[in-house]
Amino acid sequence: MMERTWRNWYLVPYGIWLVLFVIAPIVFLLYESFLDMDGHWTLANYEKVLTPIYLKMMAYSFWYAFLITLVSLLIGYPTAYWLTKTKHKQLWLLLLILPMWVNLLLKVYAFLGLFGTYGLANALLQTLGIGARQLLFTDFSFVFVSVYIFIPFMVLPIFNALEELPPSLIDAARDLGASAWTTFRRVVFPLTLSGVKAGCQAVFIPALSLFMITRLVAGNRVITLGTAIEQHFLVTQDWGMGATIAVVLMAAMAVIVVLTGTGRKEGSR
Amino acid sequence: MNGEEIIRFERVTKEYDGMTVLDDVSFAIERGKFYTLLGPSGCGKTTILRLIAGFIEPTQGTIYFHGKPIQNVPPNKRQVNTVFQDYALFPHLDVFENVAFGLRVKKMKEADIRRKVSEALQFVNLEGYERRRIQEMSGGQRQRVAIARAIVNEPEVLLLDEPLSALDLKLRTEMQYELRELQRRLGITFIFVTHDQEEALAMSDYIFVLNKGKIQQFGTPKEIYDEPVNRFVADFIGESNILPGRMIEDFLVEFAGQRFVCVDRGFAPNEPVDVVIRPEDLELAAPEAGQIVIRVDSLLFRGVHYEICGYDENGNEWLVHSTKKAEVGEIVGLRFEPEAIHVMRAEREDGGE
Repeated sequence: MMERTWRNWYLVPYGIWLVLFVIAPIVFLLYESFLDMDGHWTLANYEKVLTPIYLKMMAYSFWYAFLITLVSLLIGYPTAYWLTKTKHKQLWLLLLILPMWVNLLLKVYAFLGLFGTYGLANALLQTLGIGARQLLFTDFSFVFVSVYIFIPFMVLPIFNALEELPPSLIDAARDLGASAWTTFRRVVFPLTLSGVKAGCQAVFIPALSLFMITRLVAGNRVITLGTAIEQHFLVTQDWGMGATIAVVLMAAMAVIVVLTGTGRKEGSR
Repeated sequence: MNGEEIIRFERVTKEYDGMTVLDDVSFAIERGKFYTLLGPSGCGKTTILRLIAGFIEPTQGTIYFHGKPIQNVPPNKRQVNTVFQDYALFPHLDVFENVAFGLRVKKMKEADIRRKVSEALQFVNLEGYERRRIQEMSGGQRQRVAIARAIVNEPEVLLLDEPLSALDLKLRTEMQYELRELQRRLGITFIFVTHDQEEALAMSDYIFVLNKGKIQQFGTPKEIYDEPVNRFVADFIGESNILPGRMIEDFLVEFAGQRFVCVDRGFAPNEPVDVVIRPEDLELAAPEAGQIVIRVDSLLFRGVHYEICGYDENGNEWLVHSTKKAEVGEIVGLRFEPEAIHVMRAEREDGGE
């Protein structure tokens, strides 16, 4: 009995943390979302979210998050597959993770330099004879930089799923007459789907509420929900509207998590 | 060997990172027989199987399939199927889809797939389990699914990589009967890999005994058991008394300080040899009636027989399987027929543990 009560005490620090910094903010956010700018109860914020301006913004957010996730997956899966086959796995893995140790803002500023009018990228294009062009503040640079930031989050879960796949299953599929491609389609991919789901979640959800990259790299030409929240809180001071968008975003994320599953129920185990 | 030859290895060597796992091996496999590759772990038996399946290529030498070299033929184009040691069943597919995998890959018609899969499941006594998940099947059932998944493709050769090693003793014995029976009914060639000599003796038409990447002996189970060619085979194939000796002349051998009449010949006069006498060929007798006299050192009841261990006056250890009991410390005589003496050329450097 004594031991048990003691063990419960260990939970206290995290419990306090949970209440102060997880539950309370969400409650405040919900509360705030039902207030107008003068502090009166209202549903107007939620009505506003459903107007074309915000719906369009939401569609943009989802579209870009989808694009970023898709490109990350298309690059990440083959990378993870190749990683499992290399001899110096740990070294390559380290190289992959290394950029994650650099501050995000720093990386984004680095791209501002690279993609600027007189940056390295344009210099390269010029020597290739393609000619300099506007790179910064385009959809391309936004997706490119986002993918660069998010790719380790896609590669790692897929790499783990591939590592857990027993090699004898691949032998078995080949043995039963499957070509390399059929083996991938019918055995490898379905059995690493859990890793793909986990990777997609790890990229899609944060990509949905990006705001710093949209402002710095895309020059606020791409207005996503993340940008909108930031603008409402910091510029227009319409906290109610900002909170409402945040609540809608959280709901959307919850739906995505439920739809894609927790990623560990089936698959390799 | 007079049947139709399916597979032939010609001077095949396989190296991994400079380690030779298969050393200049040549042999032929005939249609419709049950072959066993027997040996301790690391002897190269699984390597032979993987070479046949096409998962790896030989470093040197050639493998022929129906007289044609099959280098560069990928595993999915070979007329062989494998039952893997861990079964390698697809966990995301149910029993039916596991068995149907090879047929679906071949783009067979749905009706044919259904008929063939149900036939194959019937063959291994698993009707009614079609929609079970692999995780819900027991070890023995998984084994059967793996066999059904392989035979449904009607391979010319079925490769079995220690398929019984994960099963408990009782189930293993049952499956030995079933596999042997299955091979007879199907009439296709089985190549079975095991490190269990009893399994090999019970199931095979022919056995390859392997050690350190070389074939030590090839023959029927009886030949291998009765006439092991060297100390390693004699030791590996069953508990044995192996004594150093000297061949005086044809039909006369000297060991344990005495000369005995035997049935072997063809050795050089005074050639050093190893002599094998199986524990079950030794008979307990009164000390004065024994050809060898030992002092019993230990006694174990094994159910079918007593396992008696003792030492003769020269310090040689003797293992006896007898239905008669002896007491520890008792002096007993041992009797044996000339046929019980198996003489082999001494190959000390190849000796086992």
